Order: sequence, then C-alpha cells, then structure tokens
Amino acid sequence: MSRRAVITGIGVVAPGGVGRENFWNVLVSGRSMTRRISLFDPEGFRSRIAAEVDFDPLAAGLGYQEIRRMDRAAQFAVVCASEAAADSGLDLGSLDPGDLGVSIGSAVGCTMSLEEEYRVLSDGGRRWLVDHTYGVPHLYEQMVPSTLVVEVARRVGAEGPVSLTSTGCTSGLDAVGHGAQLVVEGSAEVVFAGATDAPLSPITSACFDAIKATSPDNDDPEHASRPFDARRRGFVLGEGAAVMVIEEYAAARARGARVYGEIAGFAGRSNAFHMTGLKADGREMAEAIRVSLGKARMNPEDIDYINAHGSGTKQNDRHETAAFKASLKQRAYEVPVSSIKSMVGHSLGAIGSIEVAACALVLDRQVVPPTANLYHADPECDLDYVPRQAREHAVDAVLSVGSGFGGFQSAMVIRKPEGAPR
Amino acid sequence: MNPVDTQAGAATDMVITGLGVVAATGMSAEEHWTALLAGKSGIGRISRFDPSSYPVTLGGEVRDFTAREQVPRRLIPQTDHWTHLALYGAERALADARIDPAALPEFEMAVVTSSSSGGTEFGQHEMERLYGQGPAWVGAYQSIAWFYAATTGQISIRHGMRGPCGVISAEQAGGLDAIGQARRLLRGESRLVVTGGTDASLCPYGLVAQLSTGLLSRVAEPERAYLPFDQRASGYVPGEGGAVLIAERAADARRKGRGYGRVLGYASGFELPGRPTTLPRTLRKALDDARLAPSGIDVVFADAVGDPRRDRVEADALAEVFGPGQVPVTAPKVLSGRLYGGGAPLDIATALLSLRDGVIPHTPGVTRPVGGIDLVRDTPRDAELRTALVVARGYGGFNAAVVLGRTDT
Repeated sequence: MSRRAVITGIGVVAPGGVGRENFWNVLVSGRSMTRRISLFDPEGFRSRIAAEVDFDPLAAGLGYQEIRRMDRAAQFAVVCASEAAADSGLDLGSLDPGDLGVSIGSAVGCTMSLEEEYRVLSDGGRRWLVDHTYGVPHLYEQMVPSTLVVEVARRVGAEGPVSLTSTGCTSGLDAVGHGAQLVVEGSAEVVFAGATDAPLSPITSACFDAIKATSPDNDDPEHASRPFDARRRGFVLGEGAAVMVIEEYAAARARGARVYGEIAGFAGRSNAFHMTGLKADGREMAEAIRVSLGKARMNPEDIDYINAHGSGTKQNDRHETAAFKASLKQRAYEVPVSSIKSMVGHSLGAIGSIEVAACALVLDRQVVPPTANLYHADPECDLDYVPRQAREHAVDAVLSVGSGFGGFQSAMVIRKPEGAPR
Repeated sequence: MNPVDTQAGAATDMVITGLGVVAATGMSAEEHWTALLAGKSGIGRISRFDPSSYPVTLGGEVRDFTAREQVPRRLIPQTDHWTHLALYGAERALADARIDPAALPEFEMAVVTSSSSGGTEFGQHEMERLYGQGPAWVGAYQSIAWFYAATTGQISIRHGMRGPCGVISAEQAGGLDAIGQARRLLRGESRLVVTGGTDASLCPYGLVAQLSTGLLSRVAEPERAYLPFDQRASGYVPGEGGAVLIAERAADARRKGRGYGRVLGYASGFELPGRPTTLPRTLRKALDDARLAPSGIDVVFADAVGDPRRDRVEADALAEVFGPGQVPVTAPKVLSGRLYGGGAPLDIATALLSLRDGVIPHTPGVTRPVGGIDLVRDTPRDAELRTALVVARGYGGFNAAVVLGRTDT
C-alpha cells in the first residue's frame, strides 16, 4: 500500500484577518480586502494600493524577543504553524523530532527588514555605511530567506528535512508539493508545509511599478483586483501566509484526525520563454495540469472546482484560461473557476499556499469562493468564474494552479481521500 | 501521489555527467582541480569595492570572470552577478556533459539550483536609486534580478528546459538539498537536471550582512585567515561562485559512456537550539540510503566552517560515526572561501575529481589540527578511492550529507 499525503491542519494569516475562520469568512463574503497602503507612505508610487493584513504580533501570541528578531514574513509563518498544529490535534511532543519536517516557500524572503536595514546603514539612502555596526545584530538572518523556515522549524521542534523553496510566485504551491513528497517517500511522517511573504515595502512597489504589473486604480482600491474582468489593469499586491500540517493518511486515520484532503498530484513545468511574459496558449501550464492529474490517476471529469492563479493581468487570465481548456477539455467549461486574489490580493510566493488552504476548506465546507469584482467578463475568458457570490457546490476534488516569474507553472490536485481511485 | 522511491535501483541511479565550476580557484573543473592539488589559494583582498572601511577585507573572488565575455550581452543588465556566474557555469557544465538541450525532450529537462542570498548587489544598487532619486528610478529588471529564483529561471529560458524548476535555500546545506531534489526528479519525471548553484554577495551590503554572524575571519593574511579544524581557527573567508552540475539517470549516462560519479545516498536534518546535534544521524541516514557501512566511505569532504565550537561539533560527529581518525577528512574549500548556496556543489565537484584521480586534496594552512579526525594536510594524499561523503551545514541549523561513488562501483 503506497503512502498518501493528507492535510490535517490549517493555519492562515491573510488580508481580512488572522486565523483560518476569519480567512474563510472573507472568502465567502466576496469582499475585497484591498485598500490604500498603510505600511509605508505610498505617495509618489504608480500603484498605491494593496491587500494588507491587520496583524498585531503580540495579540497573535509572539513574544517581544521574537517580534524584534523576526521579519514580518517570519512572524506570519510561525503564527500559521502554531494554528495548524493546534487544528491538527497532533501531539507534537509524542513524535520523534527526526520524523518531523518543514517545507516553507517564499518569493522575496525578508524584504521588509532588508530594506529597513538598508535605510539604517545608508542614513536613509544618503550615504552608504555610516558604520557597519549600525545594522541589527541578526542582519544576516534577513539576507537569507532560509531564516523563515528556521523559525518555523524551531517553533514546531522539527529535526527532520527542513528547507525553503523560493520559486517566485509558485513558491507556495511548490513548497506544499515538496512537503507532500517528503511524506509520500517516507523522509518524514509529518511535515509543516506552506509559504509566507510580506513584500509590502517601497522597493517591491517600485519594482512592479517599473514594469506596470500592478494596478494603478488608486481611487477605487476595493475594486482594483478584478481577475477575468475586461477592465482589469494588473494585480494588486498582498501579503500573508498559510501553513498546513501534512501527514500520512493511514497514520492520520489511525489517530482519528480530521482529514481536509489528500494532495493527490503535483507537477511543475516552465515555459522557457520569458521571465515575465506568457504565451497565450498556456501550453506549459496545461502540461503541468495533465501530469498532476496523471500522478493522481484521475481524469478531467474528476475535477469539481478550479482555484485559478487569476492574478488580474490580461496575459495571465488568457494564458490560464487556455491552459484549462487544453488540459481539461470540455470539463473546463463545466466546473466553477475562481480567483481568491480578487479578495486577498497577490501575496507573491505565499499565495500558492493560501490557495491550498482555501481548496482544503472548499473540500471541507462544500462552498466555492467567488471571483470578486467580476462584472464584465473578458470575452476571451469564457469559463464560469463564479462572479461575486460564493456558491454551494459538491466538490470531491479541486485543481489549484500557480504561475510566476521565471516562467514557472505549477498544478496541484487535492481531493477527498475516501473512495479515491488508486 | 505516486511514491517515486520504489523505483530506486541502477536504472534510475543518478550520475553527475557535467561540471561547471566557477570559483576563485578556477573557471573550469580542471583549473580548479589543478589549483587545489597545488594548494594555490584564490583568497585575496576584495577588489569589487574598497573594503578598507570594513573589519574583513579578504574574499574568494572569481577574478578571471568578465560578464562581457562570458554572459550573453542582453542578459548582463537584466541579472545580478550571482546569476552571471551561474549562466557561465551552466554553459560549461552542459558542454562538459556533451549535452545538446535542443536534442532532448523539453519537458524532461529540469533546473534545480540552490541560492542563499539572491541578487544582493543588484538589489543594493536599486535601493540606492529608490532612496537617492525616487521610486520612478528603480529599473524594470529589479523585479527579475533580485529574487532568489532568477538563476533557475534564466537557465531554464536560455537552454529551453521546460521541466520542473526548483530553487532551494538552506544556506550552505542548500546545495546538497538541490542534489536530493534532482535525484527525486530523475527517479520520476525528468531525465536530466541542471543543478548545483552559485552565490555572490561580496558587495558592500552583502558583506555587512555576513559580518553580523560573527563567523567571518578578521585575520588579514590570506594564508592564515581560514583554518578549519585548527586550534587557531578564527572563522571563515567568504567567497563567491560555486558549481553547476549536470545530473542524469545512470542508464542514460552509461549508454553514452560518461559520468564523473554516482550519487549513492542523500539525507538532511535540522539542529534545534539547546538540543544535541543531529549531524551524526544525518550522516548515518545518508550511509543507510547508500547501503554502505561507515567503513565503506573512503574520504569525507567536511563542512569545515572554521569556527572552533562548530568545528568541534563536526569533528565529534565524524568521530562518532566513523570512529576517531578512521576516515580521511579534508576541506580544500579554504582556497575558494565559503560559498553558501554554491559551496556544497563545489565540494561535490571536488569530491568527484578526487574519486576520478584517486587523490585527496589537502587542507592547506592547518598545522595544529584538533583531535579526533584524520585531517589531510600539507600535501595531497594518494588513496584508493571508491566513495566519498560530502557534508554541509547551513546557518540556522541545516545539515545534509551526500554519498558519492565512482561510476564503476
């Protein structure tokens, strides 16, 4: 009997609230959490809006030392890990720490701290290096993104395989896929897998401004993130994290755990075309979807819901619509497809794992979140994108996809484990 | 998800068929190897900027590298120095393996690199523009040059590789985790993986960040600055570069009569503060994975960070697993500096060359070694080598080990 990786715990920090239930309430509300940026003064930037998390680290249970030491992205991640651990009901103390692994994704690591420390070390950008000792004592920990997974590993007491995946905007899906693989191959019995990004800082906004990737709809932030809508004008930056507890199915059942879903198939492909550009045919994403279905030994007809990348750029929305049609054929027209980025923004590497959390909750609650702000569908995007209102829907299996800079395309199939084809 | 480890066996074993070394010790595997055997150091005073106002002035720079000659012109302004080095390394590694990517199935070629610090120099430059001149002065390439995935993405695009792409960050241990990930892919859906990696943060901001660990040596004489396992150990010298490696399935490599050596085993673990080190367990797991007893290992390429306490932990772990002084241990990385994401891949390349030629490169400079290990010093040592163990430990608690074997073992 081969090993199967299932999700038994979920922790989320996302725009709209800290915690899994707050997150779910945002998803079913159909309300967009985007607003004018408050984390820094966005005056002078082309895009001045984002989906921010109202995050109080003290209220979230972090100590003063941790708050001082950890970048915001690390704070998000450890808070998620603790929530996921509690949700899973696992007694971490009863596990051999060597059987416990951690796989965290992040696109931009500790960007906020790195930029903050640059300002300190350069006297606000006026003069480099007043004194090298002006930097924080743990500056190196901000330069290496691996610090994010170090913090989670310490929080949960892991001594097994621990690594950080940083594949840009597919980091979140890729890190969860890697975590599932560690369980399936037996390198670990339990893995905390997810991703975190807190990129809302001037350098991030400036670099996306420079390529006009982010929406300039500053006067109407709540409607700025509108994937698949003909009037979309780019994505809206977000921040957040999600961490899942992944464990072996038989062990989870033996201890009577609640199983949200099985990570049944995962695959990544790349377009080898352009760092930021996408070809309209969606060929490589379609291949990733086909391979992930194949690994799950499932057919297009088995998919009941698609969690789209849906970033809200014209090229993305057309690219993935083509990919769904190419890989799922007629089924693409039959299933609901939605983008939660319309509500929680695009948190770069984190969003892939936040979307996995959403998919697990969809399987649990049999409700499909909508695509907010979708009023005038792009004629090129002719699938059922669940405009504006959540929908009750019978869902046994979901497909989640991600697409990112570097040309990376990832796809994951998550399903209810009972009665799955083996 | 279908488990992949059931396919283990000769047909899917992993062979390294191409080496693309780019380090202070050389711009090719052979140049690097010759330098190691001669004990010729690449460590010198940092020249990419004036280091005189910093407490550390030494680095392992890749001095012979000029982007204009070694990177396509269009890509130079779009990418950081760290990616330049990797693009060069990837080209050399593919040529070394005699691979024509255009002749292979596009979806079966994967790219998995390790990166620990991304495009630090590029990022600092853009932050200078942001704070010196304003947001509109930040360049369009910041979004694709600074992030940790830039190197993997550029290699995939340049060589038309459309398989899975990965980027692993586990500081110095990340290079071995990339090897582990490459092996998973070769046992499943990929027939070729471009792996290994580089790092290059010998820029002002990068150096200041590295200084904060307290692990950099402040000794200013190149030959005395980095002395791991020596009673005078004072930290390490940072370097830049690394190695890009081509990994293929054993059956493919054998058919073409190629390959430097096989990856026989891999394991990784994590060390928590206040708990005993997990390094011995990781070493044993790697040996188990290779189905070898400790006596089956002929040489160990150590992590050798050069910090007395950390070196002691490593020496003790080796003594615990192999028995005190029972296996030759070496750390020729003192000649190139510590390379973070690029470090372990370079050690893999060095170990494979060592297996090929039956000679263990020495650890120059060490005169008063700590007890418990047989450190190869003074001169290279000839030996009958069938297997090698490469050890890496990353800042924060990462550890990993890879067992390599000659292709005929």
